[in-house]
Amino acid sequence: MACKAWTEKLDAYFDGELPADEARALNEHLRGCATCAAHGLAKVQQKLAVKAAGQRFTPDPALRARIQKSIAAPEPPPWRRHWLPVFLTAAAALLAAGTLFLSVQHDRRSEQQLLSELVDQHVATLTSANPVDVVSTDRHTVKPWFEGKIPFTFNLPELQGSPFVLVGGKVSYVSQSPGAELIFRVRQHQMSVFIFQERGLRETRESDAVRTALSFEVRTWRHNGLRYFVIGDTSARDLDKLSDLIKAAG
Amino acid sequence: MDLFLRPGNKTRVRRFTLVCVSEERSLSGSFEELALPLFERLYNFAHWLTQDREEAEDLVQETYAKALKGFRSFQPGTNFRAWIYQILRNTFLTSRTGLKSTATVPLESESDPQILPATNDTPESVLLQRSDQQLVQDALGRLPVPYREVLLLCEFEEMSYQEISATLAIPMGTVMSRLSRARRALRDTVQELREH
Repeated sequence: MACKAWTEKLDAYFDGELPADEARALNEHLRGCATCAAHGLAKVQQKLAVKAAGQRFTPDPALRARIQKSIAAPEPPPWRRHWLPVFLTAAAALLAAGTLFLSVQHDRRSEQQLLSELVDQHVATLTSANPVDVVSTDRHTVKPWFEGKIPFTFNLPELQGSPFVLVGGKVSYVSQSPGAELIFRVRQHQMSVFIFQERGLRETRESDAVRTALSFEVRTWRHNGLRYFVIGDTSARDLDKLSDLIKAAG
Repeated sequence: MDLFLRPGNKTRVRRFTLVCVSEERSLSGSFEELALPLFERLYNFAHWLTQDREEAEDLVQETYAKALKGFRSFQPGTNFRAWIYQILRNTFLTSRTGLKSTATVPLESESDPQILPATNDTPESVLLQRSDQQLVQDALGRLPVPYREVLLLCEFEEMSYQEISATLAIPMGTVMSRLSRARRALRDTVQELREH
């Protein structure tokens, strides 16, 4: 290859852009050609001179500081800094209130559903030809009858001197949990007393409460892990009295 | 904000907020790591282009602002240096000084991407010594911007032809031919300055 062709490749050679095989060939040529080597030297000198001359301007340190500040992670704007926590707190409070509200609503719905089921059972019992499976006015007969049939025990009140009469009892189920249903009579009215384990019932927060379900009076309370429901169509006073007697029996 | 329309709780809201903030900080942090080490060189290049300290400062500041704003569009793993130099150069070209500098200097035709043939200059006549630094700086300052920038990117910034092509948005062949013409123009200018 003529020297002219080689010198045309000198720029790419010294810029490191010549393919490896061509670079090796040119390198060999430069070793043996004084003219091309001189041109090469001039190019290298020019490259070095421009490289040295290129570093000419030094920035003001204040400019660096300004830029560094401008590209650093941005601080939240003042309104966000002051109001964001308030906003988040308010949002969290709203969420908490909303959750509580929904939870209470859910509990109320569950409680209402449970009471409806129990009232249905009470009505079914009253209309049944065999309302109870153990027929006895003696609490010492009725209570032992439940042994082995339900996973808990309970006390029955002494009814002597009261207007209430124990009719009997049977096993009842609610939410797939077994419990006791006791029938009491007062004058011409019959009342059902349901006793279930609390853990077997749907999770509700209702405790001692006076309710009305489908025009039936209902009393309910918790005691020793058991949930009691007294349901009847008699007067509220009768329900309260019977409830007090059962509570007293513990 | 749909943040509060979604079902969730306080923890979720806080986590979402923290993710946004941390992502923003992380993005800003990685930009700072990539861009700040180039500050001195970007300023030097900007000053070479504008030939004025104040304009160079404005240009660098605007470059950093634009780069930060557009950093989300930058693809990690690609050439950040070429990307930010391109922003600086484009910003310069749209400035008053940039428009003036490119509008008034006709370049030789670059349609032919071939490298210029070797000149008849003797090696001695074109030899530049390191002691000629002031002379070379003056000569560089007199070169048209397209020649000045391609020389600085190649010799001072030691960019590859491919990086220069990306920075100046010109084909590789044009990079080679422009470099060749720029080097010859520099030699000629140095020669003129020497003779006067």
